[in-house]
Formats: sequence, C-alpha cells, structure tokens
Amino acid sequence: MNLLLPGMYFAADTALHRLDPRVKMGAAMALMVLPFAARHPIGHLLAVGLVGAAAVLSRAPWRALLGTLRTVFWLSFFMFFFYFFTTPGRPLLALGGVRVTVEGLLAGALQVYRLCLLAVVAALLTYTTSPLQLTHGLEAMLSPLARIGLPVRELGMVLTVALRFVPTFFEEIETISRAQRARGVDLSSGPPWQRIRNTVPVFVPLFLSAIRRAEELAVAMEARGFRSQPHRTRLYQLTLTRADAIAALIVLACGTIGVLIR
Amino acid sequence: MPTPFIQTRALEYTYFAEDGRAIPALRGIDLTVGRGEFVALVGPNGSGKSTLARHFNALLLPTAGEVWVDGLSTADPRQVQAIRQRVGMVFQNPDNQLVAGTVEEDVAFGPENLGVPPAEIRRRVDEALEVVGMTAYRHHPPHMLSGGQKQRVAIAGALATRPHCIIFDEPTSMLDAEGRRQVLQTVRQLNAELGLTVILITQSMDEAALARRVLVMDGGQIVRDGPPEEVLEDPEVEKLGLGQPFAAEVARRLRERGVPLPSGLLTVEALVAALTETHRSYAVGLPG
Repeated sequence: MNLLLPGMYFAADTALHRLDPRVKMGAAMALMVLPFAARHPIGHLLAVGLVGAAAVLSRAPWRALLGTLRTVFWLSFFMFFFYFFTTPGRPLLALGGVRVTVEGLLAGALQVYRLCLLAVVAALLTYTTSPLQLTHGLEAMLSPLARIGLPVRELGMVLTVALRFVPTFFEEIETISRAQRARGVDLSSGPPWQRIRNTVPVFVPLFLSAIRRAEELAVAMEARGFRSQPHRTRLYQLTLTRADAIAALIVLACGTIGVLIR
Repeated sequence: MPTPFIQTRALEYTYFAEDGRAIPALRGIDLTVGRGEFVALVGPNGSGKSTLARHFNALLLPTAGEVWVDGLSTADPRQVQAIRQRVGMVFQNPDNQLVAGTVEEDVAFGPENLGVPPAEIRRRVDEALEVVGMTAYRHHPPHMLSGGQKQRVAIAGALATRPHCIIFDEPTSMLDAEGRRQVLQTVRQLNAELGLTVILITQSMDEAALARRVLVMDGGQIVRDGPPEEVLEDPEVEKLGLGQPFAAEVARRLRERGVPLPSGLLTVEALVAALTETHRSYAVGLPG
C-alpha cells in the first residue's frame, strides 16, 4: 500500500496494533504534551525516542509517516518565521531594519519540531487503531464524564454511525456525479470559483439523500430498541493485558521524567 | 386457531399533512395474527400497509383503538422495550438500517440496547449469523456486502433480540434476483424451522403466494383476509391493480385456451405439477 493518507487506518498485526485503544490514546496524548512541557533536552530526547520506537513497532511505511508532515507544513512555516523574527536576544544578522537572533532561530526550530512530533503521533495513532477501536476507546475514556451528564454513549453512537456512512456517502457522491455528468453538468473545468459552484448539483442531492437516510435509520434504530439510556451493554469489552500495562508504565515514566527534569 | 400474538381492536391512525388536513391512514382495523403464522400483507401504495406494521412494535401508537402484542398493550410506555424485543423489523433499504462498522457489531446492536450481558450477546450474534448464513462475513464492513447480504445481516440483527415475530417491510424491493431469492429463502426458513411469526409486506404477488394467509389492504382498511388460493385470484382483488402471481397468470391464460387446469395454482411448482397431471390424463384418454 503506497497511498497511506494521514488519518487512515493501516491494517496489520503488530504489538502496537494489539494495544488497548485507551492505552494508545492516553499515550498519544502524553506524547503530544511532552514536547511542549519538557524544559530539558533529556525530556525532548525521551519524546523523540518513544515516538521513534513506536514508529518502528508500527511497521508503518517511513514515507507515509514523513508524508504526514505535509499536514503541518504551512503552520510550521509561519510559526518558524514568527519566532525567528520576534524573539529578542543575541543578533545573528541585521538587514535593513530587520534583525534576527540566535534565540529566534532556536525558538523557531523548537516550534517546528513540536508540530512535526504532534503530526507523527496523531498519524501513528490512526495507523494502528481502527476507527471502531478509536470509538470504543473514546467512549470508554469519556465514560466517567457520563456521571456529570455528558451524553457519552450517544456521542459514541454518533461517531459509530458517522464512520459507518462515510463509504456510503462516497459511493453516493460517485453515483450523483455520474448522473449529473450524464445530464450535461460540467464538474471539473473552469476557474476555482466556477469549480466550487459546479459542486452544487452534487451536494444538494447528497444532503437531501442524507436527510432521508437519517430519517429511515432513526426508525430502524428505534425498532431495534435504541433509546437514550445508560443501560446499554457492549459486545466488545476492552480488556487490559500485560503489554498494555508495560506500555502505559513506560510512557508514564518517560513522561514524568521528561516533565520534571529541569 | 393458534394462540393470538398480535391483536388490534378498532385501530385507527390519523396524521396531519403539512397543510393541516387530517389524513386517516388506518380506518378501523380488527385483526388477530396467531403465533407462528406466515402472513403476507399486500395492497396498493398508500393503502396503509407500513403504517399498520409500525403499530405492531410500537413505532406508531393508535389515534383510537388498541394494539396488543403478546398480551402487552403498545400504549403502555413501560412495555415498549419488551414489545420491541418480541417483534423485530426488517426494512426496505438495506443501507439505511445497518448502524455499525462491522457485521458482527451491527447484529449486536439490538441486544446491546436491551442490556444483554456481553457473553450472551456474543452467543446470540454467532447464532443469528449462523441462521442467515453470514458467519464468514462477520468482520466485514456493511458497504463491502451485496444488497441481499446486507438484508440477511439486517435479519440477523432482528433475530439477535430473540423475537417471536419479524415484520418484513418490502425487504426485496431494492434487491436483484439473487438477493431476492436469498432473502425469501431465509424468510421461509425462519417461519418453517424456527416457528417465528412472519409478517411480509410486499408488492409482489409471487411473494405473497409463499404465505399461508394473505391480508389485502385498501384505503386504510383490510378488505380481504384468507389463504392465498382464495385471495390472490379473486377478481375483486385484481381490481386494486395488484396483479397476480406469475403462475396464476399463466394458468388463467391456458384455461382461456381450453387447457383444463384447476384454480389456485400460485407457484411455478404447483403449475408444473398440474400441467404434468393434465398431460397424463390426456395421454390415458387417447386411443392406442
């Protein structure tokens, strides 16, 4: 598989794939915070080391991982120059009225490194965790909030249904586009604003059909006994294994050291 | 007469159109469906078939009159979940009734809603997938399945709550010939082997001929109720524009041309048997 888009699931059976989604999501959060919270180079080394190790374990193609950096390219670009030009310190270069500093260069580079790590961690999470597992994990992690009235089950249900219908809607876009092209609608030429307007004959029928589907689905769900209530059970139960415990401990230990060391 | 399972008394249902007009969709339905029956519900578009069926699992509540399912009144909100456990529904569009990302999880949806313990859900899911012959696809996402397969998953989803009755609301109208065959075979199997009460809403008189009892609806009322042999060839029923089963149509035209065939030949098998019989008696009657 050479086309691995950011955010896509990469089906494989590695140690990382087998980890409990809750552990992976927790670890991903920790690894996203660590580069921002660490004050000492050792903290950053630990972050890079852990992410690197996860990347190797995931067996995700390197090119795909590097490809995810494109998603943060423009943000990194602006962040870098923002810090580069605005940080006071020892002058590195002065051209006309603009003065850049060594500290600026380092601060800019730090931002870029943080953003890149963020992108890679997010990509690793989605590569190794199926949307289904992500939904289960999210629901399980948010479940304590159900006690204060947050509709966690419903949120999980919304996510599940949304994911279920993504391929259906792609098929439908395909069908509608073909139908409209057969009626002489030109969908793919002209200047950008024209092309955006061209999508109207596709998206209006798509929305109408989505609403009709939603109504039918609601009836079907009701017929199958769905109602907003806390008494639902689940077929899949998430269970923590020894590997989960070890992974959690490693991330927790590295995270704590990384944050505390000054 | 089998024990009654669904009963309605003077059931009326009126809804209001956007312009405020009251539209009577059901006008006084008195009906009893017994346990284990196989009932086909036919009628022109807008005659109230789906509206009636939706009263059988409390998706709709009567404007007047009453509906009981297994002795439980659908008007009692505390019984709604128990009624939906007993009466499953399978709808027309296979795509718009599957909720989860994999076949297995979708089948588990009903029992999950009823709060069945996980180990028991697992058992029921495996069992239901086995009945409809979809075990091999249990980890597939729904969009990778054919229409007929999706409908069989929907049937498994209905089975997983261990219902006494399944209502099929035009389950084959969006399927190709093969999908239709698969679904109808499953429907017959549920009735014949598992003893489930089956209510099949259909536009096809060939499908209606599979049932043991046919209800004909028109204008929100049940206008005919009887075995398919009596109902489906009735000229009054034909006036509703429902057509006839293919075999009955062929038999009628052969009769017009002088072939001595009895009435009530609703399936191709019955027609072939009758033709063979006729041919034999001709052969016996011929000299030499």
